Amino acid sequence: MMPFAFQRATALADAFAAAANRGRYVAGGTTLVDLMREGVETPERLVDINALPLHEIRLRPDHLEIGALARMAQVAANADVMRLYPAISQALLLSASAQLRNMASMGGNLLQRTRCPYFRDVTSACNKREPGSGCPARDGVNRLHAILGTSEHCVATHASDVAVALVALDASVRIASPEGERRIPLEQFYRVPGDTPHIEHVLRPGELIVAIEVPAGPHTEQSTYVKVRDRQSYEFAVTSAAVALAVDDGRILDARVAAGGVATVPWRMRHVEAALIGQPLSASTFRAAARLSVEGAVPLTFNAFKIELLPRTLVRALETLETLAVPAL
Amino acid sequence: MDSATTSQVQLTVNGKPVTLELDTRTSLLDMLREHLGLTGTKKGCNQGACGACTVLVNNRSVNACLTLAAMCQGASVTTIEGISENGRLHPLQEAFIRHDAMQCGYCTPGQIMSGIACIQAGETYSAHAVREFMSGNLCRCGAYQNIVAAVLEVAEQAGGRR
Repeated sequence: MMPFAFQRATALADAFAAAANRGRYVAGGTTLVDLMREGVETPERLVDINALPLHEIRLRPDHLEIGALARMAQVAANADVMRLYPAISQALLLSASAQLRNMASMGGNLLQRTRCPYFRDVTSACNKREPGSGCPARDGVNRLHAILGTSEHCVATHASDVAVALVALDASVRIASPEGERRIPLEQFYRVPGDTPHIEHVLRPGELIVAIEVPAGPHTEQSTYVKVRDRQSYEFAVTSAAVALAVDDGRILDARVAAGGVATVPWRMRHVEAALIGQPLSASTFRAAARLSVEGAVPLTFNAFKIELLPRTLVRALETLETLAVPAL
Repeated sequence: MDSATTSQVQLTVNGKPVTLELDTRTSLLDMLREHLGLTGTKKGCNQGACGACTVLVNNRSVNACLTLAAMCQGASVTTIEGISENGRLHPLQEAFIRHDAMQCGYCTPGQIMSGIACIQAGETYSAHAVREFMSGNLCRCGAYQNIVAAVLEVAEQAGGRR
């Protein structure tokens, strides 16, 4: 690990000042410390932001507010989150290990780097780590790579589970800087790789995610997250689906669908939602809509199976909700 | 602005106050093992994948290898050396012996710290719940069956089985 300076910020102003002096924010450190040890990340200065007052989870009249420093375990076990936004709690509990969920912050989770082994190996080429050096994953070991949102320069998946649930549920992030705050829908926060895979999101230097906001709605209580993994626990997604449905008298009034493990960013699927809305709650509705999820997918050498697995994952998530669906009175 | 690559940290380890001036790169794991001589906490993968380094920070289980010591300012850390009382083993340590819940023993301190966290969290209503909660602790000898039995037994004795 390269030497670095370390300081603790006790107020936002301290954090911004340190960031302006080539500081890099650290909260849980589960991604950053790991990548620093591998030599993938080489910050000159770490700014410990854990003393900032951004740990609260609050249920507001029209949305859920999750402080950026709330820990994954804390959010997963929050009674309001479990009752009103079950997909968020489930996605968190299906992530990482108990230890890592105790450590990792929600803001850091959204900013975690890809698990692509070529990105994490500094002896390998990688356009994300070293722009212009090439993408060995395209013709390499790519069974776990993306089939959606890829480019010739990068095929790495985004690794967060909860980001998939949050994108499905129309979450926004609140971002602070010395100039004030701005709010961005999480879906627009992430950037597909295109020809600049090293630019992963729209954060400007020194900006800090301070909160995540998830709007209320009739669909959020009937939401779920299904994750398909190579082992039963403590593993990243091969495919995953976050779905939410508002149902009345056996008919789908509203739907939210996003997928993980298959795309370069958490992948919202509005065309799948459109195919669900207005339709009867039935297996044939689910199958027809889920088939649309892989339209335009580009398989690689070893991951073409995801073209079959993703629609099945979506159908399983929808069927999970169907069993919960109680017709409105 | 200070650009020193050492940092002072004050914390409590197994109930004792500690103040150290450390290279900022020092992990909590290396601080415990190399600076305090507490070698019960083990270094397995050193990348947050195996759980051998599990300790409690402010009563929550964490991977000491991915925790920077400098980030533990003011924290209370409990390691495997800190769980016995008055020379008596912790009930989970006794249960591990009774159930032969180890072979080589390298993962055992981490397993026990995770098991304590599991019992405190009440995630002991089934063998599956214990396995899920403790999936961040790998045992390459494959002693899982006996580890789970030991955790369930102590949870039951403590009335923590729900």
